[in-house]
Amino acid sequence: MGKIRYERPIIQRMNTGFMNKFGTRTEFEPVTNIEGVSVKSLINQYGSPLFVISEKQIRRNYQNATRIFKTRYPKIQFAWSYKTNYMNAVCQVFHQEGAWAEVVSGFEYEKALGNRVPGNKIIFNGPDKTDEQLIAAARNNSLIHIDHYDELYSLIRLSEENNLRPRVAVRVNMDTGIYPKWDRFGFNFENGQAWNAITRIINSENLELVGLHCHIGTFMLSPLAYATATSKLCELTWSIKEKFNKTLQYLDLGGGFPSMNTLKGAYLPGSDTVPSIDQFADAITDVILGYGFKQGDLPLLILESGRALIDDAGYLLGTVIATKRLSDGRRATILDFGVNTLFTSFWYDHKVSPVESFGKHTEEMVLYGPLCMNIDIVRESITMPLLEKGNHLVVHKVGAYNMSQWMQFITLRPNIVLIDNENNTHVIRKAETLEYLELNEQVPEHLKQNSLK
Amino acid sequence: MRLKKNIATSDEGFIFNPGTGDSFSTNEIGTEIISLLKENKPQEIIIETICAKYDVDQNQFEKDLDDYLSQLKDYTILE
Ligand SMILES: Cc1ncc(COP(=O)(O)O)c(C=O)c1O
Repeated sequence: MGKIRYERPIIQRMNTGFMNKFGTRTEFEPVTNIEGVSVKSLINQYGSPLFVISEKQIRRNYQNATRIFKTRYPKIQFAWSYKTNYMNAVCQVFHQEGAWAEVVSGFEYEKALGNRVPGNKIIFNGPDKTDEQLIAAARNNSLIHIDHYDELYSLIRLSEENNLRPRVAVRVNMDTGIYPKWDRFGFNFENGQAWNAITRIINSENLELVGLHCHIGTFMLSPLAYATATSKLCELTWSIKEKFNKTLQYLDLGGGFPSMNTLKGAYLPGSDTVPSIDQFADAITDVILGYGFKQGDLPLLILESGRALIDDAGYLLGTVIATKRLSDGRRATILDFGVNTLFTSFWYDHKVSPVESFGKHTEEMVLYGPLCMNIDIVRESITMPLLEKGNHLVVHKVGAYNMSQWMQFITLRPNIVLIDNENNTHVIRKAETLEYLELNEQVPEHLKQNSLK
Repeated sequence: MRLKKNIATSDEGFIFNPGTGDSFSTNEIGTEIISLLKENKPQEIIIETICAKYDVDQNQFEKDLDDYLSQLKDYTILE
Protein backbone atom coordinates (compact mmCIF):
# COMPACT_ATOMS: atom_id res chain seq x y z
CA MET A 1 0.00 0.00 0.00
CA GLY A 2 0.93 3.62 -0.56
CA LYS A 3 4.33 3.15 -2.11
CA ILE A 4 6.11 6.18 -3.53
CA ARG A 5 6.25 6.59 -7.27
CA TYR A 6 9.50 5.22 -8.64
CA GLU A 7 12.00 7.05 -10.79
CA ARG A 8 15.27 5.36 -11.55
CA PRO A 9 18.37 6.77 -9.83
CA ILE A 10 20.45 9.09 -11.96
CA ILE A 11 23.55 11.12 -11.45
CA GLN A 12 24.75 13.89 -13.71
CA ARG A 13 27.81 16.01 -13.75
CA MET A 14 26.84 19.61 -13.13
CA ASN A 15 27.02 22.10 -16.02
CA THR A 16 26.38 19.39 -18.55
CA GLY A 17 23.11 18.10 -19.78
CA PHE A 18 21.08 20.28 -17.45
CA MET A 19 19.43 22.35 -20.08
CA ASN A 20 19.41 21.60 -23.72
CA LYS A 21 21.03 24.30 -25.80
CA PHE A 22 17.77 26.14 -26.31
CA GLY A 23 16.92 26.16 -22.63
CA THR A 24 13.40 24.95 -23.31
CA ARG A 25 11.49 22.28 -21.48
CA THR A 26 8.85 21.86 -24.12
CA GLU A 27 10.24 18.53 -25.28
CA PHE A 28 9.58 17.02 -21.87
CA GLU A 29 6.00 18.08 -21.51
CA PRO A 30 3.90 14.97 -21.86
CA VAL A 31 1.61 14.73 -24.87
CA THR A 32 -1.32 12.69 -23.63
CA ASN A 33 -3.70 13.15 -26.53
CA ILE A 34 -3.88 14.07 -30.19
CA GLU A 35 -6.92 16.10 -31.27
CA GLY A 36 -8.61 15.04 -28.05
CA VAL A 37 -7.98 11.31 -28.54
CA SER A 38 -5.85 9.69 -25.84
CA VAL A 39 -2.49 8.44 -27.04
CA LYS A 40 -2.68 5.44 -24.70
CA SER A 41 -6.05 4.42 -26.06
CA LEU A 42 -4.76 4.75 -29.62
CA ILE A 43 -1.84 2.45 -28.84
CA ASN A 44 -4.07 0.01 -26.96
CA GLN A 45 -6.46 -0.20 -29.85
CA TYR A 46 -4.15 -0.03 -32.86
CA GLY A 47 -0.76 -1.15 -31.58
CA SER A 48 2.67 0.38 -31.43
CA PRO A 49 4.28 1.87 -33.43
CA LEU A 50 1.40 3.73 -35.01
CA PHE A 51 1.10 6.61 -37.44
CA VAL A 52 -1.70 9.05 -36.66
CA ILE A 53 -2.98 11.72 -39.03
CA SER A 54 -5.24 14.60 -38.09
CA GLU A 55 -7.76 15.34 -40.83
CA LYS A 56 -8.59 18.60 -39.09
CA GLN A 57 -4.99 19.75 -39.23
CA ILE A 58 -4.69 18.96 -42.95
CA ARG A 59 -7.80 21.02 -43.63
CA ARG A 60 -6.58 23.86 -41.42
CA ASN A 61 -3.25 23.91 -43.25
CA TYR A 62 -4.88 23.82 -46.66
CA GLN A 63 -7.41 26.52 -45.86
CA ASN A 64 -4.73 28.68 -44.31
CA ALA A 65 -2.38 28.42 -47.30
CA THR A 66 -5.24 29.05 -49.74
CA ARG A 67 -6.38 32.11 -47.78
CA ILE A 68 -2.82 33.48 -47.69
CA PHE A 69 -2.46 33.22 -51.47
CA LYS A 70 -6.03 34.19 -52.38
CA THR A 71 -5.84 37.41 -50.40
CA ARG A 72 -2.82 38.38 -52.51
CA TYR A 73 -3.61 37.04 -55.98
CA PRO A 74 -6.89 36.38 -57.79
CA LYS A 75 -6.20 33.02 -59.46
CA ILE A 76 -4.77 30.29 -57.22
CA GLN A 77 -4.80 26.51 -57.55
CA PHE A 78 -3.06 23.97 -55.31
CA ALA A 79 -2.18 20.51 -56.63
CA TRP A 80 -1.48 17.82 -54.03
CA SER A 81 2.00 16.37 -54.40
CA TYR A 82 1.18 12.65 -54.27
CA LYS A 83 4.65 11.47 -53.36
CA THR A 84 4.57 13.54 -50.16
CA ASN A 85 1.81 11.30 -48.81
CA TYR A 86 -0.24 9.17 -51.13
CA MET A 87 -2.52 7.41 -48.71
CA ASN A 88 -5.82 7.62 -50.62
CA ALA A 89 -7.66 8.95 -47.56
CA VAL A 90 -5.12 11.77 -47.29
CA CYS A 91 -5.31 12.57 -51.00
CA GLN A 92 -9.10 12.70 -50.75
CA VAL A 93 -8.97 15.22 -47.92
CA PHE A 94 -6.93 17.46 -50.21
CA HIS A 95 -9.20 16.81 -53.20
CA GLN A 96 -12.29 17.56 -51.08
CA GLU A 97 -10.65 20.87 -50.21
CA GLY A 98 -10.22 21.56 -53.93
CA ALA A 99 -6.65 20.47 -54.65
CA TRP A 100 -5.79 18.95 -58.00
CA ALA A 101 -3.31 16.05 -58.17
CA GLU A 102 0.41 16.36 -58.92
CA VAL A 103 2.00 13.02 -59.79
CA VAL A 104 5.46 11.89 -60.86
CA SER A 105 4.95 8.30 -62.00
CA GLY A 106 2.51 6.09 -63.83
CA PHE A 107 1.46 4.42 -60.61
CA GLU A 108 0.76 7.77 -58.94
CA TYR A 109 -1.15 8.84 -62.05
CA GLU A 110 -3.38 5.78 -61.76
CA LYS A 111 -3.85 6.45 -58.07
CA ALA A 112 -5.12 9.95 -58.89
CA LEU A 113 -7.56 8.53 -61.44
CA GLY A 114 -8.62 5.96 -58.84
CA ASN A 115 -9.33 8.85 -56.48
CA ARG A 116 -11.62 10.18 -59.21
CA VAL A 117 -9.60 13.26 -59.98
CA PRO A 118 -10.72 14.41 -63.44
CA GLY A 119 -7.95 13.89 -66.00
CA ASN A 120 -7.67 17.60 -66.74
CA LYS A 121 -6.90 18.25 -63.07
CA ILE A 122 -3.90 15.93 -62.95
CA ILE A 123 -0.43 17.38 -63.41
CA PHE A 124 2.00 14.77 -64.68
CA ASN A 125 5.57 15.70 -63.67
CA GLY A 126 8.84 13.84 -63.58
CA PRO A 127 11.49 12.46 -65.93
CA ASP A 128 9.97 8.99 -66.32
CA LYS A 129 6.79 8.74 -68.39
CA THR A 130 6.40 5.79 -70.74
CA ASP A 131 4.82 6.09 -74.18
CA GLU A 132 1.68 4.37 -72.90
CA GLN A 133 1.46 6.76 -69.98
CA LEU A 134 1.98 9.79 -72.20
CA ILE A 135 -0.78 8.63 -74.54
CA ALA A 136 -3.16 7.99 -71.66
CA ALA A 137 -2.40 11.37 -70.10
CA ALA A 138 -2.93 13.10 -73.44
CA ARG A 139 -6.25 11.30 -73.97
CA ASN A 140 -7.34 12.34 -70.47
CA ASN A 141 -6.45 15.94 -71.21
CA SER A 142 -4.00 15.99 -68.28
CA LEU A 143 -1.28 18.59 -67.92
CA ILE A 144 1.96 17.01 -69.07
CA HIS A 145 5.04 18.78 -67.78
CA ILE A 146 7.90 17.99 -70.10
CA ASP A 147 11.22 17.22 -68.45
CA HIS A 148 13.68 16.61 -71.31
CA TYR A 149 14.08 16.61 -75.09
CA ASP A 150 13.64 12.86 -75.38
CA GLU A 151 10.24 13.24 -73.80
CA LEU A 152 9.40 16.25 -75.93
CA TYR A 153 10.18 14.39 -79.16
CA SER A 154 8.41 11.24 -78.02
CA LEU A 155 5.33 13.27 -77.28
CA ILE A 156 5.43 14.99 -80.67
CA ARG A 157 5.74 11.62 -82.39
CA LEU A 158 3.02 9.97 -80.28
CA SER A 159 0.66 12.88 -80.87
CA GLU A 160 1.10 12.62 -84.62
CA GLU A 161 0.72 8.84 -84.65
CA ASN A 162 -2.36 8.88 -82.43
CA ASN A 163 -3.88 12.14 -83.53
CA LEU A 164 -3.67 13.71 -80.07
CA ARG A 165 -3.32 17.29 -78.93
CA PRO A 166 -1.80 17.13 -75.45
CA ARG A 167 -1.73 20.14 -73.16
CA VAL A 168 1.83 20.61 -72.01
CA ALA A 169 4.05 22.83 -69.90
CA VAL A 170 7.81 23.11 -69.87
CA ARG A 171 9.64 22.40 -66.66
CA VAL A 172 12.27 25.09 -66.29
CA ASN A 173 15.35 24.93 -64.06
CA MET A 174 17.34 28.00 -63.23
CA ASP A 175 19.78 29.76 -60.99
CA THR A 176 17.81 31.20 -58.07
CA GLY A 177 20.86 31.95 -55.99
CA ILE A 178 20.42 28.69 -54.11
CA TYR A 179 23.19 26.15 -53.75
CA PRO A 180 23.17 23.36 -54.83
CA LYS A 181 21.38 24.34 -58.03
CA TRP A 182 18.64 21.94 -59.05
CA ASP A 183 19.44 21.67 -62.75
CA ARG A 184 18.71 18.02 -63.39
CA PHE A 185 14.98 18.42 -63.96
CA GLY A 186 13.61 20.26 -66.93
CA PHE A 187 15.23 22.72 -69.31
CA ASN A 188 17.69 25.39 -68.23
CA PHE A 189 16.68 29.03 -68.30
CA GLU A 190 20.06 30.72 -68.39
CA ASN A 191 21.57 28.81 -71.31
CA GLY A 192 18.52 29.19 -73.53
CA GLN A 193 17.43 25.55 -73.43
CA ALA A 194 14.03 26.43 -71.97
CA TRP A 195 13.38 28.96 -74.71
CA ASN A 196 14.38 26.43 -77.37
CA ALA A 197 11.99 23.86 -75.93
CA ILE A 198 9.20 26.45 -75.82
CA THR A 199 9.84 27.40 -79.46
CA ARG A 200 9.88 23.77 -80.51
CA ILE A 201 6.53 23.15 -78.82
CA ILE A 202 4.86 26.23 -80.24
CA ASN A 203 6.07 25.30 -83.71
CA SER A 204 4.76 21.78 -83.42
CA GLU A 205 1.27 21.28 -84.73
CA ASN A 206 0.14 18.87 -82.11
CA LEU A 207 1.30 20.14 -78.74
CA GLU A 208 -0.53 22.92 -76.97
CA LEU A 209 1.68 24.93 -74.64
CA VAL A 210 -0.48 25.97 -71.70
CA GLY A 211 1.96 26.76 -68.90
CA LEU A 212 5.41 26.85 -67.40
CA HIS A 213 6.59 24.89 -64.39
CA CYS A 214 9.47 24.96 -61.96
CA HIS A 215 10.23 23.32 -58.62
CA ILE A 216 13.36 24.99 -57.36
CA GLY A 217 14.13 22.77 -54.40
CA THR A 218 12.67 21.39 -51.23
CA PHE A 219 12.64 22.74 -47.67
CA MET A 220 13.59 26.11 -49.15
CA LEU A 221 14.36 28.75 -46.56
CA SER A 222 14.59 31.70 -48.93
CA PRO A 223 11.49 33.57 -50.16
CA LEU A 224 13.86 35.56 -52.37
CA ALA A 225 14.64 32.43 -54.40
CA TYR A 226 10.92 32.18 -55.23
CA ALA A 227 10.86 35.82 -56.29
CA THR A 228 13.78 35.10 -58.65
CA ALA A 229 12.11 31.97 -60.04
CA THR A 230 8.80 33.77 -60.54
CA SER A 231 10.53 36.60 -62.32
CA LYS A 232 12.26 34.22 -64.74
CA LEU A 233 9.00 32.39 -65.52
CA CYS A 234 7.27 35.76 -66.04
CA GLU A 235 10.04 36.80 -68.41
CA LEU A 236 9.45 33.65 -70.51
CA THR A 237 5.68 34.20 -70.39
CA TRP A 238 6.12 37.76 -71.56
CA SER A 239 8.42 36.77 -74.42
CA ILE A 240 5.98 34.07 -75.55
CA LYS A 241 3.25 36.69 -75.73
CA GLU A 242 5.49 39.12 -77.61
CA LYS A 243 7.03 36.69 -80.09
CA PHE A 244 4.13 34.34 -80.68
CA ASN A 245 1.14 36.35 -79.48
CA LYS A 246 0.31 33.46 -77.20
CA THR A 247 -1.09 33.87 -73.68
CA LEU A 248 -0.11 31.14 -71.25
CA GLN A 249 -2.80 29.86 -68.91
CA TYR A 250 -0.68 29.17 -65.86
CA LEU A 251 2.59 29.39 -64.00
CA ASP A 252 3.31 26.46 -61.69
CA LEU A 253 5.84 27.39 -59.01
CA GLY A 254 6.07 23.82 -57.67
CA GLY A 255 6.47 23.04 -53.98
CA GLY A 256 9.36 23.40 -51.60
CA PHE A 257 8.00 25.54 -48.78
CA PRO A 258 9.50 24.23 -45.54
CA SER A 259 7.59 22.68 -42.67
CA MET A 260 8.36 23.64 -39.08
CA ASN A 261 10.72 20.71 -38.62
CA THR A 262 14.34 21.20 -37.56
CA LEU A 263 16.87 20.17 -40.17
CA LYS A 264 19.77 18.08 -38.89
CA GLY A 265 22.70 20.25 -37.94
CA ALA A 266 20.56 23.39 -37.63
CA TYR A 267 21.37 25.27 -34.46
CA LEU A 268 17.91 26.67 -33.89
CA PRO A 269 14.62 24.80 -34.05
CA GLY A 270 12.67 25.11 -37.31
CA SER A 271 9.83 26.93 -35.58
CA ASP A 272 12.25 29.83 -34.92
CA THR A 273 13.91 29.99 -38.32
CA VAL A 274 11.49 28.89 -41.01
CA PRO A 275 9.86 31.74 -43.02
CA SER A 276 6.06 31.77 -42.96
CA ILE A 277 3.95 30.91 -46.00
CA ASP A 278 2.97 34.60 -46.07
CA GLN A 279 6.54 35.54 -46.87
CA PHE A 280 6.72 33.08 -49.77
CA ALA A 281 3.31 34.26 -50.99
CA ASP A 282 4.45 37.89 -50.90
CA ALA A 283 7.62 37.04 -52.81
CA ILE A 284 5.77 35.18 -55.58
CA THR A 285 2.66 37.33 -56.01
CA ASP A 286 4.47 40.68 -55.80
CA VAL A 287 6.55 39.68 -58.80
CA ILE A 288 3.63 38.47 -60.95
CA LEU A 289 1.41 41.44 -60.08
CA GLY A 290 4.28 43.85 -60.66
CA TYR A 291 5.24 42.36 -64.02
CA GLY A 292 2.74 44.36 -66.03
CA PHE A 293 0.46 41.61 -67.37
CA LYS A 294 -2.94 42.84 -68.53
CA GLN A 295 -5.70 41.83 -66.12
CA GLY A 296 -7.10 39.25 -68.54
CA ASP A 297 -3.63 37.81 -69.18
CA LEU A 298 -2.79 37.18 -65.52
CA PRO A 299 -1.81 33.51 -65.35
CA LEU A 300 -3.34 31.04 -62.93
CA LEU A 301 -0.80 30.44 -60.16
CA ILE A 302 -0.42 26.74 -59.36
CA LEU A 303 1.39 25.54 -56.24
CA GLU A 304 2.45 21.96 -55.52
CA SER A 305 3.24 22.39 -51.84
CA GLY A 306 3.78 19.06 -50.10
CA ARG A 307 5.49 18.99 -46.74
CA ALA A 308 4.29 22.44 -45.63
CA LEU A 309 0.67 21.25 -45.87
CA ILE A 310 0.92 17.93 -44.09
CA ASP A 311 4.00 17.53 -41.92
CA ASP A 312 2.39 18.82 -38.73
CA ALA A 313 -0.77 16.75 -39.32
CA GLY A 314 1.17 13.50 -38.81
CA TYR A 315 2.41 11.85 -35.60
CA LEU A 316 4.25 8.63 -34.93
CA LEU A 317 3.50 6.91 -31.62
CA GLY A 318 5.95 4.39 -30.27
CA THR A 319 7.18 2.49 -27.24
CA VAL A 320 10.47 2.15 -25.40
CA ILE A 321 11.84 -1.39 -25.82
CA ALA A 322 14.88 -1.01 -23.55
CA THR A 323 17.35 1.45 -22.12
CA LYS A 324 21.06 0.86 -21.77
CA ARG A 325 24.30 2.64 -21.18
CA LEU A 326 26.92 2.91 -23.91
CA SER A 327 30.61 2.36 -23.32
CA ASP A 328 31.25 6.10 -23.20
CA GLY A 329 28.66 6.56 -20.46
CA ARG A 330 25.89 7.96 -22.66
CA ARG A 331 22.42 6.61 -22.18
CA ALA A 332 20.74 4.88 -25.08
CA THR A 333 17.02 4.30 -25.48
CA ILE A 334 15.82 1.69 -27.95
CA LEU A 335 12.44 2.31 -29.55
CA ASP A 336 10.07 0.07 -31.45
CA PHE A 337 10.39 2.19 -34.60
CA GLY A 338 13.51 3.15 -36.51
CA VAL A 339 14.66 4.74 -39.74
CA ASN A 340 12.74 2.10 -41.68
CA THR A 341 9.45 3.48 -40.36
CA LEU A 342 10.51 7.08 -39.72
CA PHE A 343 12.46 7.72 -42.90
CA THR A 344 12.63 11.45 -42.27
CA SER A 345 14.87 10.94 -39.26
CA PHE A 346 17.64 10.92 -41.88
CA TRP A 347 16.89 14.64 -42.48
CA TYR A 348 15.33 16.02 -39.34
CA ASP A 349 15.94 16.22 -35.63
CA HIS A 350 12.33 15.35 -34.95
CA LYS A 351 10.71 16.64 -31.82
CA VAL A 352 9.88 13.71 -29.54
CA SER A 353 7.62 14.01 -26.50
CA PRO A 354 6.95 11.60 -23.65
CA VAL A 355 3.40 10.45 -23.05
CA GLU A 356 3.65 9.71 -19.33
CA SER A 357 4.52 12.47 -16.86
CA PHE A 358 7.90 12.36 -15.16
CA GLY A 359 9.77 14.10 -12.36
CA LYS A 360 11.96 17.07 -13.05
CA HIS A 361 15.09 15.10 -13.88
CA THR A 362 16.17 14.64 -17.45
CA GLU A 363 19.13 13.14 -19.21
CA GLU A 364 20.76 13.33 -22.56
CA MET A 365 20.43 10.19 -24.65
CA VAL A 366 20.60 8.61 -28.07
CA LEU A 367 17.33 7.30 -29.50
CA TYR A 368 17.87 4.10 -31.45
CA GLY A 369 15.43 2.15 -33.54
CA PRO A 370 14.93 -1.62 -33.26
CA LEU A 371 16.85 -2.60 -36.37
CA CYS A 372 19.96 -4.63 -35.97
CA MET A 373 21.78 -2.04 -38.07
CA ASN A 374 24.22 0.66 -37.11
CA ILE A 375 22.47 3.36 -39.16
CA ASP A 376 19.28 3.03 -37.17
CA ILE A 377 19.38 6.26 -35.18
CA VAL A 378 16.23 8.30 -34.62
CA ARG A 379 17.94 11.11 -32.65
CA GLU A 380 21.67 11.34 -32.07
CA SER A 381 21.26 13.43 -28.97
CA ILE A 382 18.11 14.44 -27.18
CA THR A 383 17.31 15.45 -23.64
CA MET A 384 14.39 13.49 -22.28
CA PRO A 385 12.97 12.44 -18.91
CA LEU A 386 14.08 9.16 -17.35
CA LEU A 387 12.46 6.81 -19.82
CA GLU A 388 11.88 3.15 -18.98
CA LYS A 389 10.92 0.08 -20.95
CA GLY A 390 7.23 0.32 -21.78
CA ASN A 391 7.00 4.12 -21.80
CA HIS A 392 5.37 5.68 -24.84
CA LEU A 393 6.59 8.49 -27.05
CA VAL A 394 5.08 10.82 -29.63
CA VAL A 395 7.15 11.99 -32.61
CA HIS A 396 5.84 15.21 -34.11
CA LYS A 397 5.55 16.50 -37.68
CA VAL A 398 5.95 13.25 -39.55
CA GLY A 399 3.11 13.66 -42.08
CA ALA A 400 5.36 14.24 -45.11
CA TYR A 401 7.51 11.67 -46.92
CA ASN A 402 7.20 8.92 -44.31
CA MET A 403 4.06 7.08 -45.37
CA SER A 404 5.40 7.01 -48.92
CA GLN A 405 9.16 6.67 -48.42
CA TRP A 406 9.15 4.25 -45.49
CA MET A 407 10.97 1.00 -46.02
CA GLN A 408 9.72 -2.48 -45.43
CA PHE A 409 12.94 -3.62 -43.86
CA ILE A 410 13.33 -6.03 -40.92
CA THR A 411 9.96 -5.06 -39.43
CA LEU A 412 6.51 -4.75 -40.96
CA ARG A 413 4.96 -1.35 -41.53
CA PRO A 414 2.41 -0.36 -38.89
CA ASN A 415 -1.19 0.82 -38.96
CA ILE A 416 -2.00 4.35 -40.05
CA VAL A 417 -4.98 5.88 -38.30
CA LEU A 418 -6.82 9.03 -39.32
CA ILE A 419 -8.60 11.12 -36.70
CA ASP A 420 -11.52 12.74 -38.51
CA ASN A 421 -13.18 16.11 -37.91
CA GLU A 422 -15.43 14.62 -35.23
CA ASN A 423 -12.45 12.94 -33.56
CA ASN A 424 -13.48 9.45 -34.70
CA THR A 425 -10.60 7.19 -35.60
CA HIS A 426 -10.28 5.19 -38.83
CA VAL A 427 -7.54 2.81 -39.94
CA ILE A 428 -6.55 4.13 -43.38
CA ARG A 429 -3.80 1.59 -43.98
CA LYS A 430 -3.69 -1.71 -42.17
CA ALA A 431 -0.48 -2.94 -40.59
CA GLU A 432 1.36 -5.26 -42.91
CA THR A 433 1.37 -9.01 -42.34
CA LEU A 434 3.76 -11.71 -43.45
CA GLU A 435 1.05 -12.95 -45.77
CA TYR A 436 0.74 -9.52 -47.42
CA LEU A 437 4.48 -9.31 -47.78
CA GLU A 438 4.81 -12.70 -49.43
CA LEU A 439 1.83 -12.23 -51.70
CA ASN A 440 4.01 -11.60 -54.74
CA GLU A 441 6.80 -14.02 -53.88
CA GLN A 442 7.14 -17.24 -55.83
CA VAL A 443 9.33 -20.13 -54.82
CA PRO A 444 10.44 -22.50 -57.61
CA GLU A 445 9.31 -26.10 -57.11
CA HIS A 446 12.82 -27.42 -56.35
CA LEU A 447 13.26 -24.90 -53.54
CA LYS A 448 10.09 -25.69 -51.68
CA GLN A 449 11.69 -28.25 -49.35
CA ASN A 450 14.84 -28.68 -47.36
CA SER A 451 16.13 -31.54 -45.29
CA LEU A 452 16.88 -29.72 -42.06
CA LYS A 453 15.44 -31.54 -39.09
CA MET B 1 32.11 -1.12 -2.85
CA ARG B 2 32.07 1.96 -0.69
CA LEU B 3 31.82 5.66 -1.01
CA LYS B 4 35.18 7.43 -1.03
CA LYS B 5 35.91 8.98 2.34
CA ASN B 6 36.16 12.59 1.35
CA ILE B 7 33.02 12.79 -0.87
CA ALA B 8 30.69 15.56 0.27
CA THR B 9 26.94 15.04 -0.13
CA SER B 10 23.81 17.01 0.72
CA ASP B 11 20.19 16.01 1.30
CA GLU B 12 19.25 17.97 -1.81
CA GLY B 13 21.21 15.60 -4.01
CA PHE B 14 24.37 17.63 -4.39
CA ILE B 15 27.62 15.63 -4.54
CA PHE B 16 31.13 17.07 -4.54
CA ASN B 17 34.30 15.15 -5.21
CA PRO B 18 37.20 17.20 -3.80
CA GLY B 19 39.68 14.78 -5.36
CA THR B 20 38.67 15.80 -8.91
CA GLY B 21 36.84 19.08 -8.27
CA ASP B 22 33.70 17.71 -9.99
CA SER B 23 30.22 18.36 -8.71
CA PHE B 24 27.21 16.23 -9.49
CA SER B 25 23.52 16.22 -8.92
CA THR B 26 21.40 13.18 -8.25
CA ASN B 27 17.66 12.62 -7.77
CA GLU B 28 15.78 11.59 -4.61
CA ILE B 29 16.37 7.87 -5.01
CA GLY B 30 20.01 8.56 -5.84
CA THR B 31 20.33 10.60 -2.64
CA GLU B 32 18.87 7.72 -0.62
CA ILE B 33 21.21 5.21 -2.21
CA ILE B 34 24.20 7.45 -1.50
CA SER B 35 23.26 7.80 2.15
CA LEU B 36 22.83 4.02 2.45
CA LEU B 37 26.26 3.62 0.84
CA LYS B 38 27.65 6.08 3.37
CA GLU B 39 26.37 3.82 6.12
CA ASN B 40 28.21 0.95 4.41
CA LYS B 41 24.97 -0.94 3.81
CA PRO B 42 25.40 -3.96 1.51
CA GLN B 43 23.67 -4.04 -1.86
CA GLU B 44 20.95 -6.48 -0.69
CA ILE B 45 19.90 -4.06 2.02
CA ILE B 46 19.82 -1.17 -0.42
CA ILE B 47 17.58 -3.18 -2.73
CA GLU B 48 15.35 -4.25 0.12
CA THR B 49 15.03 -0.73 1.48
CA ILE B 50 14.26 0.93 -1.83
CA CYS B 51 11.84 -1.75 -3.03
CA ALA B 52 9.93 -1.57 0.25
CA LYS B 53 9.49 2.16 -0.11
CA TYR B 54 9.03 2.71 -3.85
CA ASP B 55 6.63 1.23 -6.31
CA VAL B 56 9.14 -0.78 -8.33
CA ASP B 57 9.71 -4.33 -9.35
CA GLN B 58 12.85 -5.79 -7.77
CA ASN B 59 14.41 -6.94 -11.06
CA GLN B 60 13.89 -3.54 -12.52
CA PHE B 61 15.53 -1.85 -9.55
CA GLU B 62 18.49 -4.24 -9.55
CA LYS B 63 19.15 -3.35 -13.15
CA ASP B 64 18.87 0.37 -12.46
CA LEU B 65 21.06 0.09 -9.35
CA ASP B 66 23.79 -1.70 -11.31
CA ASP B 67 23.75 1.07 -13.83
CA TYR B 68 23.82 3.74 -11.13
CA LEU B 69 26.72 2.15 -9.27
CA SER B 70 28.72 1.77 -12.45
CA GLN B 71 28.29 5.47 -13.06
CA LEU B 72 29.42 6.28 -9.52
CA LYS B 73 32.51 4.23 -10.27
CA ASP B 74 33.09 6.04 -13.55
CA TYR B 75 32.90 9.33 -11.71
CA THR B 76 35.32 7.95 -9.07
CA ILE B 77 32.80 8.51 -6.31
CA LEU B 78 32.90 4.84 -5.36
CA GLU B 79 36.16 3.17 -4.65
C1 LIG C 1 7.72 18.47 -58.92
C2 LIG C 1 7.48 18.53 -57.47
N1 LIG C 1 6.46 19.25 -56.98
C3 LIG C 1 6.19 19.31 -55.65
C4 LIG C 1 6.97 18.66 -54.72
C5 LIG C 1 6.65 18.79 -53.26
O1 LIG C 1 7.71 19.38 -52.58
P1 LIG C 1 7.60 19.89 -51.08
O2 LIG C 1 7.14 18.75 -50.23
O3 LIG C 1 9.00 20.31 -50.75
O4 LIG C 1 6.64 21.03 -51.05
C6 LIG C 1 8.06 17.90 -55.19
C7 LIG C 1 8.92 17.19 -54.22
O5 LIG C 1 10.11 17.08 -54.33
C8 LIG C 1 8.32 17.84 -56.58
O6 LIG C 1 9.36 17.12 -57.07
